[in-house]
Amino acid sequence: MTGATTLFEKTWSDHVVVAETADTPAVLYVDLHLIHEVTTPQAFTVLRTEGLSVRRPDLTLATMDHSTPTLPVSSFKDLAIVGESAAKQIVRMEENCRDFGIELFGFDSEHRGIVHVIGPELGATQPGKTIVCGDSHTSTHGAFGALAFGIGTTEVSHVLATQCLLQRKPKTLAINVAGRLPPGVTSKDLILAIIGEIGVDGGTGHVIEFRGAAISALDMEARMTVCNMSIEAGARAGMIAPDDTTFEYLHGRPRSPRGANWDAAVSRWRTLQSDPGVEFDRSVTLDAGNLQPMVTFGTNPGMVIGINDPVPDNTADPSFRKALDYMRVTAGKPLTETAVDVVFVGSCTNSRLSDLRQAADLITGHKVADGVRMLVVPGSQQIKKDAEALGLDRIFVAAGAEWRESGCSMCLGMNGDTVGNGQLSVSTSNRNFEGRQGVGARTILASPLTATASAICGRVADPRAYLQ
Amino acid sequence: MQAINRIRSRTVVLPTKDIDTDQIIPARFLTTTSREGLGDVLFHDLRFAADGTRNDHFVLNTPAAAGCEILVAGNNLGCGSSREHAPWALLDYGIRAVISTEIADIFRNNSLKNGLIPIVVDAQTHEYLLQNAGIELDIDVKSSTLTLPDGKIVEFPIDGFARYCLVEGIDQLGFLQTHMNSIENYEETRSWMP
Repeated sequence: MTGATTLFEKTWSDHVVVAETADTPAVLYVDLHLIHEVTTPQAFTVLRTEGLSVRRPDLTLATMDHSTPTLPVSSFKDLAIVGESAAKQIVRMEENCRDFGIELFGFDSEHRGIVHVIGPELGATQPGKTIVCGDSHTSTHGAFGALAFGIGTTEVSHVLATQCLLQRKPKTLAINVAGRLPPGVTSKDLILAIIGEIGVDGGTGHVIEFRGAAISALDMEARMTVCNMSIEAGARAGMIAPDDTTFEYLHGRPRSPRGANWDAAVSRWRTLQSDPGVEFDRSVTLDAGNLQPMVTFGTNPGMVIGINDPVPDNTADPSFRKALDYMRVTAGKPLTETAVDVVFVGSCTNSRLSDLRQAADLITGHKVADGVRMLVVPGSQQIKKDAEALGLDRIFVAAGAEWRESGCSMCLGMNGDTVGNGQLSVSTSNRNFEGRQGVGARTILASPLTATASAICGRVADPRAYLQ
Repeated sequence: MQAINRIRSRTVVLPTKDIDTDQIIPARFLTTTSREGLGDVLFHDLRFAADGTRNDHFVLNTPAAAGCEILVAGNNLGCGSSREHAPWALLDYGIRAVISTEIADIFRNNSLKNGLIPIVVDAQTHEYLLQNAGIELDIDVKSSTLTLPDGKIVEFPIDGFARYCLVEGIDQLGFLQTHMNSIENYEETRSWMP
């Protein structure tokens, strides 16, 4: 060993309060705790029962995104929340934040949105921070060179009470992506291809660092899409070393450092790189130049193929056969002949302004095909405002799509935005699990370009046919 | 948390690979603010058809599954969402240990914090368990072993600290709080402030 360390190890060791031993895990400090209404009520109950306070409300960022309605009306107060228990959960979140002194980006806030969208948008997500949330897609924030991972509700109570977690140090996995993405192929296609390559358990026990020319060339929103789906490969977290693209994105955001503090922060952030020649526990290499638009054909994100490739025939495996039966797809045939019922553009994976722009550009001059429902849900109220300033909402509505308020929406259908039983959805979200978007819903994961092309065509479609 | 040392029970086998936490408890049941009573909706969409009728073919609904406290699952159990509702639902239903060749990180952590024992076994043992549903296993957490009906003993990996907490019934929050001085010291002396 040369003493060379990875980006992950630098960030990890910077936050060790008490070192791990053979008998005890490390006590790891958390710099930013994101909380939402679904995975926190039972944690606040622990605090109330034990008579504890929130140790660092100033390092806690709260919003509501999962059970919240997305129907566009003049005031959120008028909105019917999908059920009594969801309404109760939302009220409980407001009570908990008020009682424990946590600022809540709630219904009245222009900053409300999907928790993994607003963290970066506010500049709260920064390189070198440890960031946790009771939500597996916390890996999104790793796009900034933060160590960010999902935790359970018991661990949420630990962080609320102590600002720390008990953690064993994970292993490291380098994913080197050479080359450059071809036209019509996005970072969503890249991460789907990576998950297809290493499998839904390929990253278990590891923190991924995404590296290489293809990663450096991505803008921040595309990088967030990549890191967001690290968890779909089973990884503890996904990270990308911060660079000028990162610093440009963060400069001037509400919670970014200012003045001399900004300069000091950037100097520190520039050191957050894996040292040359450092060894990772494992490495995988692929070339972005060979990729095509990707679509899932089964019931987990690792069951993925190129848009024109045939569904593989692995039907000797009962789990594989079960997935194909559920999806009603046939081995040996591509998905491009499959009729589409619903198209969803949204979720913490693909609901940012660049995603919406790509979808709007593609659909301009076209219509959503007869019989197809297209739902476009911006990731935050800020993105909604920015998109409307660019007229994107009018493009979507003119094409026959629905334009909504921000939230997790049809990614997991907790708020009433669901795909019908047996319907086929092409979705820019992150999970094609059985029933994820609604009971009996069949989900094909794809990029915003592929989803939009499929909405126009009425069948699963290659977006490259619609690009000049 | 209650101390847990031994679990002796028959197994119920669900051989599907990559069972995600959305299968274990679908998202629409996460609007609860409590951790109680979730056993009713465990594997809901597999146990019940869309019209609410019971699926008698699903293994947990078969008479042989009644009273089984050990679930043997296909490779890679518990992937996907971080919802702790998944172990809460399993425990509330009466499942006290889960066995696979691989268990997803967050689900494993959540299970350990609630006294659901996540057991990873080698492929050969796994295949034996898949093929012999309903056999009686004797799980000893302290020695991290499970004993098969023929007396064969299989060791399984479990983090030493997590095991200690399970066997002694120790609440990890209490342990973390014993480090409060170190936490305060870290906050005061770190080189930059978040």
